[in-house]
Amino acid sequence: MKKIGELVAERTFLLSALASSSITVAILAFMVFMGLPLMKQAGFYQLLVKPWAPYQGSFGIYPMIVGTGCISFLSLVVAFPLSLGCSFLIATIAPKPVSKGLRRLIELMTGIPTVIYGFVGIFLLVPYIRELFRSGSGLCVLTAALVLGIMITPTMTLFFCDSFDRIPRSYLTAAEALGASRTQKLLYVILPCAKKGMLNGVILALGRAVGDTLVALMLAGNSVRVPGSVLEPARTLTAHIALVIAADYESPEFRSIFACGVVLYLFTMMVTFLVRYLSFAEGRRD
Amino acid sequence: MKTRILENFTVVFAWLAGLVLLSGVSLLLGYLFFKGHASLNLSLIFGDTPPLQALLLKQRVFEGLFPAVAGTFVLVVLSIAWAIPFGIATGIYLAEYAGPRVKRVLDALFDVLSGMPSIVIGLFGFSFAVFLHKHYSDRIGPCLLISSIALSFLVLPYIIRTTQAALEGIPLNIRLTALALGATRLQNIFLVLIPRSVSGIMSGIILAIGRCAEDTAVIMLTGAVASAGLPRSLFSQYEALPFFIYYISSQYADSEELMQGYGASIVLLFLCALLFVTAYGIRKGLSHFVFYRP
Repeated sequence: MKKIGELVAERTFLLSALASSSITVAILAFMVFMGLPLMKQAGFYQLLVKPWAPYQGSFGIYPMIVGTGCISFLSLVVAFPLSLGCSFLIATIAPKPVSKGLRRLIELMTGIPTVIYGFVGIFLLVPYIRELFRSGSGLCVLTAALVLGIMITPTMTLFFCDSFDRIPRSYLTAAEALGASRTQKLLYVILPCAKKGMLNGVILALGRAVGDTLVALMLAGNSVRVPGSVLEPARTLTAHIALVIAADYESPEFRSIFACGVVLYLFTMMVTFLVRYLSFAEGRRD
Repeated sequence: MKTRILENFTVVFAWLAGLVLLSGVSLLLGYLFFKGHASLNLSLIFGDTPPLQALLLKQRVFEGLFPAVAGTFVLVVLSIAWAIPFGIATGIYLAEYAGPRVKRVLDALFDVLSGMPSIVIGLFGFSFAVFLHKHYSDRIGPCLLISSIALSFLVLPYIIRTTQAALEGIPLNIRLTALALGATRLQNIFLVLIPRSVSGIMSGIILAIGRCAEDTAVIMLTGAVASAGLPRSLFSQYEALPFFIYYISSQYADSEELMQGYGASIVLLFLCALLFVTAYGIRKGLSHFVFYRP
């Protein structure tokens, strides 16, 4: 027989768990509810592929989707080799004290506020890019992607290191017993074993790049056009939300940000479930 | 010899990557300090007002960062106050009570929430404020209360996850001893398991504080403004450090304001680094799954 107190406590815990988890659902519900008028009027799919032309009554978010895609992809291109190299350094190549120190430092770097990346980016990198390529204002896809790349590198590196750490000790000892050098161990044992975990890291870093607002908002120039090259400005989904929010509550322009919200939400969900599936598959293999 | 080349190349590549990252970050921080160190003094925070008078709320600060710092402080305290009870209770439920099936569903939901871009949460908070404004009271708009609630949604997964991980990490023999001596489940949780996982829970809370202090996207949609003075009530708009930095970067009028922006960046950076190091010191080896912030 349970005491009343026990039961009450259990119910309280259950209720708070339900309340917290309902937030996830509530956010999607709200987003869809608020965006519904526009989605009904234009069709959700149509919104995704149409250009943004408020004066012709078209509020498609296609340019923002392309902008987000370009900037995130480019930032991955910057971050992937950097993270790979750094995680190699930490895993085997660097001597023990250096690798420990580097890891601490990279962990600390995940705590640098995004707004500071943006702030320094504006005053340091933007003038430099402007001088270097002599085109436009320097606020462009390339600038945003570079800063974003540096910003997501620590996260990605730590995930890589994590997947290296999960490799069974016995594999490594076996390689050592066969006379493998540190680099050989890395290339022929650790790397092939850790592939899935690394894929996870890349996906999560991509999620972070897509979800970031401040860097893109401050550095990408925010023009609503499909960027023709990396030196042209672009607007991301996140920046679009931040920029349009000042407008009138009832206008279709305002409604379009909920379509952006839904897209971002669905993307987050996809990333989460993909990562869960991959780690589940990885767990089953062991 | 081809493999030999590959191996050498790997070593060079790794060192190069490390060098690039380090120089990138030191450039970022070095630039910030080089440009902003001159602005670091008391008048950066308090302007021309005597610090004591400002702290006691006797005089308004016009030229300094004091309202922004105070706004950030109040905001953090409020959001953490909302998030702690729910976060810890949910963490306890997940670790101690939930059956495997329920746990899988809840885990998935919290994973989605922890990966949610902060601007989406901000948008939710904003539309919630608009909703309340239309249906309940004209007095409610984007304000301190709404911001703090939205921020607490943002950091809830951190607290849940660290609580859960700390509880689940307790070895079985400790878990069973009190129960074997006749303690009830609840007694076991509060007298044995929670005291043992306080450090884990604390580090989660400190990380959550850092996240609250740092986040800009949520607050810029839910009530942070460039000039509001000190926050007067839960339903007023307010200033905050990260928003101030963002605002200065696009709207600065003269070099003096810009210097203030540099100063604010350095203050925020120090604040976040301090919180981070504290969290790290409290509990070493915390998985950065907790640190992952989209």
